[in-house]
Amino acid sequence: MSLLRVENVSKYFGSLIAVNNISMNVEPGELRAIIGPNGAGKTTFFNLISGFLTPSSGRIVFDGEDITALRPARRVWRGMARTFQITEVFPELPVRENLRIAVEVAAGDRLNPWLSRDADGEIRARVAELMDRGGLAEKADRLVGELAHGDQRATEIMMALALKPRLLLLDEPTAGMGDQETYDITQLIRKLHREEKLAIVLIEHDMRVVFHLADRIMVLAEGEPLAEGTPREIGANEAVQAAYLGTAAAA
Amino acid sequence: MRGDDLQKRAATAIVWLLLLGMPFWLPAIGGYTELGSRVVVLGLAAMSLNFLLGYTGVLSFGHAAYFGLGAYGAGMTLKYLVPSTSLGILVGTLVGTLAAAIIGPLIIRLRGVYFAMVTIAFGGDDGLIGWTRQPLDFGFAKIDILHNPVAFYYLILVLFALATGCMAWLLRSPFGRTLLAIRENERRARFLGIPVDQHIWISWVISCCFVSLAGALYALLNNFVDPRALYWTQSGDFVIMAVLGGMRSFWGPLLGAAIFVVLQDYLSSQTQNWMSLVGLFFVLVVLFFPRGVLGIIRRRAAA
Repeated sequence: MSLLRVENVSKYFGSLIAVNNISMNVEPGELRAIIGPNGAGKTTFFNLISGFLTPSSGRIVFDGEDITALRPARRVWRGMARTFQITEVFPELPVRENLRIAVEVAAGDRLNPWLSRDADGEIRARVAELMDRGGLAEKADRLVGELAHGDQRATEIMMALALKPRLLLLDEPTAGMGDQETYDITQLIRKLHREEKLAIVLIEHDMRVVFHLADRIMVLAEGEPLAEGTPREIGANEAVQAAYLGTAAAA
Repeated sequence: MRGDDLQKRAATAIVWLLLLGMPFWLPAIGGYTELGSRVVVLGLAAMSLNFLLGYTGVLSFGHAAYFGLGAYGAGMTLKYLVPSTSLGILVGTLVGTLAAAIIGPLIIRLRGVYFAMVTIAFGGDDGLIGWTRQPLDFGFAKIDILHNPVAFYYLILVLFALATGCMAWLLRSPFGRTLLAIRENERRARFLGIPVDQHIWISWVISCCFVSLAGALYALLNNFVDPRALYWTQSGDFVIMAVLGGMRSFWGPLLGAAIFVVLQDYLSSQTQNWMSLVGLFFVLVVLFFPRGVLGIIRRRAAA
């Protein structure tokens, strides 16, 4: 059974059709990339999946349950986490506290006014483990807002991962990064995907990243699906080349 | 982190030494015990407001409503129901808290300036004006808190300790950290799985509960209930106290209340326009020291 089933979803803003009748299935453990030129509706589509927006029509099914009308927090409880194109973290808190909040919420302690010594120890251990895996251990006590862009992104990804999602949505994880940072984040996503066996859907502009990571690629153009297939198939697809990839596919 | 922790403990120790010794050192520098009681009561109100403002990131201009409900609740209980101070405090606090819990869901969805505007609408209600503006009679035999201002000061201080201790404890808990998360980045909080509206509602109710307690104590302190306690301008005073002292620090609003009360006490005997001078001071602090007076002291201590 597919983990995520998007069925004929559309989103209108007034007379503007941002997303037109898109369907997509994501299998457990799959790494799916969504590409397309600017204004193709990628981020809107993402916002529909994560509950930031509700679709004008269509249905979204997660793990067999219709979640079309669920609020974001409730989608998170069911195992869906996301990051944003512009990093969303708690800038004035240290890395450790950023992760701690995520870990506590994931442990079901969000309303808890008191932690036992044991529970506190477990949470600290989990935070340390996440910082370690995200390459953040040395920056544990620095404010996230003071960190380099790549480290902020790593913090955001590790916060999402702290929620133990079965589906992780990454909106342009390497946006605005230099070559080294792009490489580091790509490696981190690859490593986490392998270790956690979770499904990842990512939007990405950097074709090297997409072709390096993705099992399958969906191409959007002007709010509609243009093609779907393996990186090899997409690279060879003439319609995709004409609409979007141009010479980048050959590289 | 360690040094920061130590600094916080030192600050707490200093605050408590000053508060515990107030009836002894305040008269020595020309003050009087009731002035100290006023600082503690209004400080509690400002600190409660700051639980919402400084630690959840939500500005309310309606806290006077709950302060006033606490005051009327306590006053009317003593006047009409039972001559018991403790029951008066209890009823006042419960009435304010209950009202906040009911009104909360109507306004929580709003954010930023809209939230502040609507809290004025709920706080500026003048329906309770002129109910009972009469002296209150404490039917209290064991400790004469009516004629013994020092005993009354310590009663206030005990309740102040319970309330602020409770808030400090909550802020160090997982729940308290979700409030910081909402203050820092509401969108991120939401997408971590925190139902933001529910958490803001709880924070609002806690904040209003302690403001009601402060209101009840304020009524007892004055022995009458001033309807001005309900005006939204009173809410503005709480906001001024919190921002003046420093809303990113736990004790900042208490310091702000102390400055406000002392300035008011001194200046109002000099000029009718004392509020303009307080306002001027406020503007200067906000312009040059956005972290409040406690922020200045901290920076000095760090240097």
